[in-house]
Amino acid sequence: MAHVTFTSQLRRFTETPEVEAPAATLIEVLEVAFARNPRLRAYVLDEQGHLRANVVVFIDGVRSRDRLMLGDVLQPRSRVHVLQALSGG
Amino acid sequence: MNDRAWIATRKGLFELRLRRSAWQIERVSFLGEPVSMLQPPAADGFMLAALNLGHFGVKVHASDDAGASWHEVATPAYPPQPEGAEGVPWKLVQIWSLAQARGSLWAGTLPGGLFRSGDRARSWQLVEPLWLRPERGEWFGGGYDVPGIHSICPHPQHAGELVVGISCGGVWGTLDDGASWTLRARGMRAAFMPPEREDDQNIQDPHAIVRCAALPDVLWCQHHNGIWRSTDNAASWHEITTAPVSNFGFAVAVHPRDADTAWFAPALADERRVPRDGALVVNRTRDGGTTFETLRAGLPQSHCYDLVYRHGLALAEDGRSLLIGSTTGGLWASLDGGDEWSTVSMNLPPIYAVRFG
Repeated sequence: MAHVTFTSQLRRFTETPEVEAPAATLIEVLEVAFARNPRLRAYVLDEQGHLRANVVVFIDGVRSRDRLMLGDVLQPRSRVHVLQALSGG
Repeated sequence: MNDRAWIATRKGLFELRLRRSAWQIERVSFLGEPVSMLQPPAADGFMLAALNLGHFGVKVHASDDAGASWHEVATPAYPPQPEGAEGVPWKLVQIWSLAQARGSLWAGTLPGGLFRSGDRARSWQLVEPLWLRPERGEWFGGGYDVPGIHSICPHPQHAGELVVGISCGGVWGTLDDGASWTLRARGMRAAFMPPEREDDQNIQDPHAIVRCAALPDVLWCQHHNGIWRSTDNAASWHEITTAPVSNFGFAVAVHPRDADTAWFAPALADERRVPRDGALVVNRTRDGGTTFETLRAGLPQSHCYDLVYRHGLALAEDGRSLLIGSTTGGLWASLDGGDEWSTVSMNLPPIYAVRFG
């Protein structure tokens, strides 16, 4: 089960469910979170489905690489953190 | 309303009320968040604020009680970008303009799309006939990396007529409620282009365009290269070369009932965007641009480096109450058409937009 948490900075705008779900890729586990709160999607992804320019994702401590398709591979017990990138101010 | 105004800033939305002839800040919404534009309250209290969150993108919030409480509504979103589509990414960067006309809300955006809502911002639709014009490929950014629609001028008497200003994509108009669009920048001149393209309507940089409410065939434009006026609903424009101090600037306001009276906030030049000689002034014409007065009373006249950007100058319906806000957080008010000014604040965040209502 992959585990995903979102930056607490998001909570002033929308709910950020803490999700545990079987998922092979980053987008799969994010979709589980977006299903619980559909509004969250537009805070993390842009309308083309790409990771927002000033959002950063770490998977087991390593920054994710596929910002367009979010196809980064997860391990069975991966821990995913969705954070704000300091480039955004 | 003449006694309520809204200041959209880098760090929140400020509501001002005029109490005993002095403007006072009465409420702050979205403190700390960038508010790029607002639509003032309608008669029933419905209003919009466009946020541009540094990390999490553009969001639109609505209020049903004139700003007392807010809730998030739909944000304009570009459709899926076709594979191989050239040009700017089909991604919303900023809401740069908002307007309301006949039950429709309009949002002008960076990177150049116009959106419309017919259901109080519960949904938005991209105006595809403009977005899909092949000429859009020639547009370029003016002040931003991508082009944007900063001015939306509905025709108050003709349903379905609209003029929009684009930096840098000229002036475009529709006569059929957005189904088709034509360039309406004939007469403008772009000194920033090679000589053979100076007259190209599609690459003009109109910094801001306003329309006279009572005589809507008259529009005024503060352009990157000067001041232009149209008296034929933007079918043609003629340059006004008589403005003192400088013909460079970003903002313009027109009297709602006197199409010959307009205000400008000049800056020195495009390569030096500060007031001339460190003195903040407002230019006013009352004769259609034949002559101007330069108004200074009450405005800082030494070591002032405030710049009034596109949406930083507003005129109330009374035709007398004015506000100017600067990119460094200065705000000044006049109650007599600009003859006398008073300082409202020198300590606001960078001001993106000033609107009465």
